[in-house]
Amino acid sequence: MTMPRRRALFVAAVVIVVVAAVALYQVSRMRAPAPPAARLEIFSWWTTGGEEAGLLKLFELYRQQNPGVEIINATVAGGAGFEAKPALKARMLGGDPPDSFQVHMGRELIDTWVVTGYMEPLNDLYAQEGWEQVFPAGVLGLLRHEGSYWSVPVNIHRANVLWYNKRTFEENGWKPPETFDDFFALAEQMRAKGITPLALGDVGIWASVHLFEVVLAGVLGPDAYSGLWTGATDWNGPEVRRALEIMARMLTYVNPDHSALSWDQANDLVIQGRAGMTIMGDWVDADNLAKNFRDSGWAPPPGTRGVFVALSDTFGLPKNAPHRDQAIAWLRLVGSRAGQEAFNPVKGSICARNDCDPALFGPYLQSAMQDWARDRIVPSLAHGAAASESWVALINDVMSAFVSDRDVAKAQAALAKACVDARVCR
Amino acid sequence: MRSTSDRILAAALVAPSIAAVGLFVYGFIGWTVWVSLSNWSGLRPDLSWAGLSNYATLFANPRFHLDIRNTVVFTALLLAACMALGLGLALLLDRGVRGESVFRSIFFFPMAISFIVTGVAWRWLLAPGDPATGRITGVNVLLAQAGLPHLKWYTDHTVLYITPDSALGQVLAGMGLGFLTGPVFGVPVAMLSIVIAATWQMSGFVMALYLAGLRGFPEELREAARIDGAGEWQVYRHVILPYLRPVTLSALIILGHISLKIFDLVAAMSKRGPGFATDVPAYFMFETTFHADRFAEGAAIAVVMLVSVSVLIVPYLVGSMRRESAT
Repeated sequence: MTMPRRRALFVAAVVIVVVAAVALYQVSRMRAPAPPAARLEIFSWWTTGGEEAGLLKLFELYRQQNPGVEIINATVAGGAGFEAKPALKARMLGGDPPDSFQVHMGRELIDTWVVTGYMEPLNDLYAQEGWEQVFPAGVLGLLRHEGSYWSVPVNIHRANVLWYNKRTFEENGWKPPETFDDFFALAEQMRAKGITPLALGDVGIWASVHLFEVVLAGVLGPDAYSGLWTGATDWNGPEVRRALEIMARMLTYVNPDHSALSWDQANDLVIQGRAGMTIMGDWVDADNLAKNFRDSGWAPPPGTRGVFVALSDTFGLPKNAPHRDQAIAWLRLVGSRAGQEAFNPVKGSICARNDCDPALFGPYLQSAMQDWARDRIVPSLAHGAAASESWVALINDVMSAFVSDRDVAKAQAALAKACVDARVCR
Repeated sequence: MRSTSDRILAAALVAPSIAAVGLFVYGFIGWTVWVSLSNWSGLRPDLSWAGLSNYATLFANPRFHLDIRNTVVFTALLLAACMALGLGLALLLDRGVRGESVFRSIFFFPMAISFIVTGVAWRWLLAPGDPATGRITGVNVLLAQAGLPHLKWYTDHTVLYITPDSALGQVLAGMGLGFLTGPVFGVPVAMLSIVIAATWQMSGFVMALYLAGLRGFPEELREAARIDGAGEWQVYRHVILPYLRPVTLSALIILGHISLKIFDLVAAMSKRGPGFATDVPAYFMFETTFHADRFAEGAAIAVVMLVSVSVLIVPYLVGSMRRESAT
């Protein structure tokens, strides 16, 4: 190789190294921007219809109370947080927490984030705001771990609601079923009319787990149902077998394309009169309102009158939140009466506080408020209140197989094993 | 003969990329293997030694058995479909069609699209609908108009397998192969829709590989074969196809490793599918790690996937290295 060529190569190498160094420096500057004085990043999975509208109401109030704070709306779409939770975990493990994030009350909050040491306790905030007086005892118990409170509930949802199309029911003289026998008798009549009896949309498997938890609550009753999550009720017992048998029979009455639909697409079938009923949480009410559907009827699913299967969305304070002061102001708003009264009528849920004005809510939500005050409260499985996320994942797997093979004995054995694997049963 | 300073310069130029690959590829592979041998379950890292227990749990999990079945079925069907279609298209285009570049672009274009987009589009096209209520969309509209039965596509939970009572099943049992009867050795029908979408995406790529191979084929050889009295079919069968063997091998390797670690297409189209009919190891790994927080078990799935891809790739790499050093 001649000298000039070698020199040219050397110069080229030097140029490459210098350019790379400059580029790296620039990139590192871009990665670590000077933090602006006032920002607030809120992570949630509220992206559809009433969910997003409710979130924006909260943001509006927040801007009024905290002018000059820039709000970053970090949402990841997907029912029940199915897509959002992995994204959040990646951020938290990577040391990049949002200022506050949506998390279900109960085992999901405690087992995923609190016992692992990712959250800050909120006892001072609870004392300052007097929240121990306004949140019901059952809710406080699900937010407490080792004597501290770990997040602020913004709403209460009911998981066990049977939604139906009033027009279809009136035309045919049908009544919402009280018992499982009623349910199957009615389902036969619907099928004879060419109507799909039960609409299901379980493209995210949580919707069939949701249906199963409602059946479990209906068959076992509130005490035995709650015992499932503490190990007091035997997963190998005859009640669980009966619940699986009923679930298997129910699955013979669902729309054949259920594994291609989402819960709201399943609700569309009821709205259009193509399906008679759907069993889903009370976010269906907000979906109906957004779709301008006025003929929606509701009732407790078979066997669950007087039982309120509850879940709640809460916001907590991660350790090392980049804008801690703004995050605390956000939590104050989320727990306040003004915040909850602005949020819940739009989101289609009831207040976690017990002092909200019922007149602000629509007819369904008013009935839910009455039931909330009167019914037995039990935690939802599919929505993180009853069991840890890893246990829910095991039950999701059992249900995935069960929905297609409907093998009761196999599913029961797998459920019992899941309880052992979750270190709740022995 | 190269001078010392040349060698130093060369080493300096490749050193950064060797360091980067060493850390970000091999370092993280090592880290994943380590995690797969630990007790890490829950968000807090726990790297205490667990030995092979995560692998034992994994191979005892019926869901993972179905995942392996699905991967084998998907890979076999995808390779067969893409190779046949890609070679067919390439041979047709090579016959000198008018406007060849237009067709080439059309067939190659899907390759430029992300699997996520392909998955979403085919999810709509193959939407199963509900024949009971007459809500029919997508491809099923065409089927209905042609008087063909309505298909469930990726929501079909049927698995085609040999039952122990069937004649074939009894023959197998007689040969001591009775374990082959049962759904774990079956073909899930729902997987066919994923294969259709993936074939749509990848066959144009195979076509492009073959077309490049055909273009490199010396015309004199073809002429020589003809002079020797070979018909058109014989020219293809005995001259051109053997000549294309390296192309075939490359295409198989590339498609094979894509299909063994497919994730995005399945996630966008059907996720786990009814009864895990379209579940694949990559999707199971994603759920195990990021939904269930069983990080050690998720890492074990990742390692099993890496090994399965290596089984395909390593012999190919060794072979091509031998060939290079021979020349």
